[in-house]
Amino acid sequence: MPHAFLEVQLRYRYITIKLLLLTLFSSVSFIQAKAQDDLLDMLEQQDTTSQTQRVLATFKGTRIINGHSVELRTPSVLDFIISHRFGRLNSGAYEFFGLDEANVRLGLEYGLFNKVNIGIGRNSFEKTYDGFLKYKIIAQTQVVPVSVVLFSSVAINTLKSPDPERELDFSNRLSYTYQALIARKFNANFSLQLTPTIVHRNLVPTTRQANDIYAIGIGGRQKLTRRMSINAEYYYRLNPDPEPYHDSFAIGFDFETGGHVFQLHFSNSRSMIEKGFIAETNGDIYNGDIHFGFNISRTFDLRADKNKK
Amino acid sequence: MRSLKKIYLLNIAFILAFQPSFSQRYMSKSSEITFYSKAPMEDIDAVNTKGTSAFDVKSGNIAFSIPIRSFAFKNKLMQEHFNENYLESEKYPKATFKGKVTGFKEEGGVQNVSAEGDLTIHGVTKKIITTGEFEFKEGKIFLKSSFPVALQDYKIKIPKIVFYNIAEVIDVNMGFEYTKAN
Repeated sequence: MPHAFLEVQLRYRYITIKLLLLTLFSSVSFIQAKAQDDLLDMLEQQDTTSQTQRVLATFKGTRIINGHSVELRTPSVLDFIISHRFGRLNSGAYEFFGLDEANVRLGLEYGLFNKVNIGIGRNSFEKTYDGFLKYKIIAQTQVVPVSVVLFSSVAINTLKSPDPERELDFSNRLSYTYQALIARKFNANFSLQLTPTIVHRNLVPTTRQANDIYAIGIGGRQKLTRRMSINAEYYYRLNPDPEPYHDSFAIGFDFETGGHVFQLHFSNSRSMIEKGFIAETNGDIYNGDIHFGFNISRTFDLRADKNKK
Repeated sequence: MRSLKKIYLLNIAFILAFQPSFSQRYMSKSSEITFYSKAPMEDIDAVNTKGTSAFDVKSGNIAFSIPIRSFAFKNKLMQEHFNENYLESEKYPKATFKGKVTGFKEEGGVQNVSAEGDLTIHGVTKKIITTGEFEFKEGKIFLKSSFPVALQDYKIKIPKIVFYNIAEVIDVNMGFEYTKAN
């Protein structure tokens, strides 16, 4: 009996010593880790850089789909954008569901200054040339809730006059677009843009059409993976023409691979300039008048000292 | 059971008693971190001067905090991709290191030291051991170190389509200048 008691007592003492050593040992390493964490915490507290840092990449490209996004190219970067809009999907197998009938816009955009981009383009639809200027006035940060970019463009329709006897004046071929692009990147994946717009047409075919069309665009993107997002865009006209024009709607995907952005989309608009798709979209989405299209953007750095060997 | 309680009390006392005596801190005054990626098509390099560090000369404990967004590339589009697609700096804004430096003496001249600790990049923590140079001079400490970072270790994925653009192992170089903290 006493022998067994002694054994229990010894065993108890053995456990106690083991515990003592274990806790002592762990508290030493705990102090060590804690001291290192303290150092790191101290560094974090000093850091104030994140407050004023501009939000990056609200959208992947300089277009949401048809319309411009708040994204600008940085100085000396040239962006070459090739866009296609095909014919209507509901045009049937004879037209290969619209693919036989392509219209193209070739565009160049350039980062002139830190906050200013300029661009030119030529759209085969209505043989239109366009030039634009984008100016970033507000950049979103932790403190500032939105980015704001002012956009202004002029487009020249160079189609031959339908009446060979009466040539159109140059000024009658012009139209202008003014937009405020207001966007917020809500988180790494979701961004939304509101785009109040005025389109001014120097000449309209009938007196029943207003020269100025007011519209509000709403567009957004949701990233699906790090390199792919789904985008959508809608322009609501406040004073639509009585002609059978419709509000522009588009939905598509962005794919980004290094220096390229591929955008594939479906839209009821054919034109790729603001006056065309905002004021004069003639596809009726409920009728299936939908065009497949894409934008391909390739950027080039034009500075002399590039990173290339 | 009473003795168990005693052990814990003893330990707590031990923790409290030893903590203050450990610190004699140096803070970084200026820093430069560069990395270099050498690949067949393109050499990519970036510089960051916004990194901070604290060093405790008594214990050898050291900590670094590096804001990812502050890496400056010549090609700004590359910088955007670096943040958006590779390092995901919105989710993981900092790279950190905490560990211990060994093999130094508080005296003049250049000394070879080694450091061991946890390096966290892109939300992934790895134990690393690396070497560097320490120099105590006029109340300052100068630190230099360079080490390789294998992108795969930190779950930084390079898509197949641009694989040729980026090296799989990046060389990181850093230099820090410390002054005594009050």
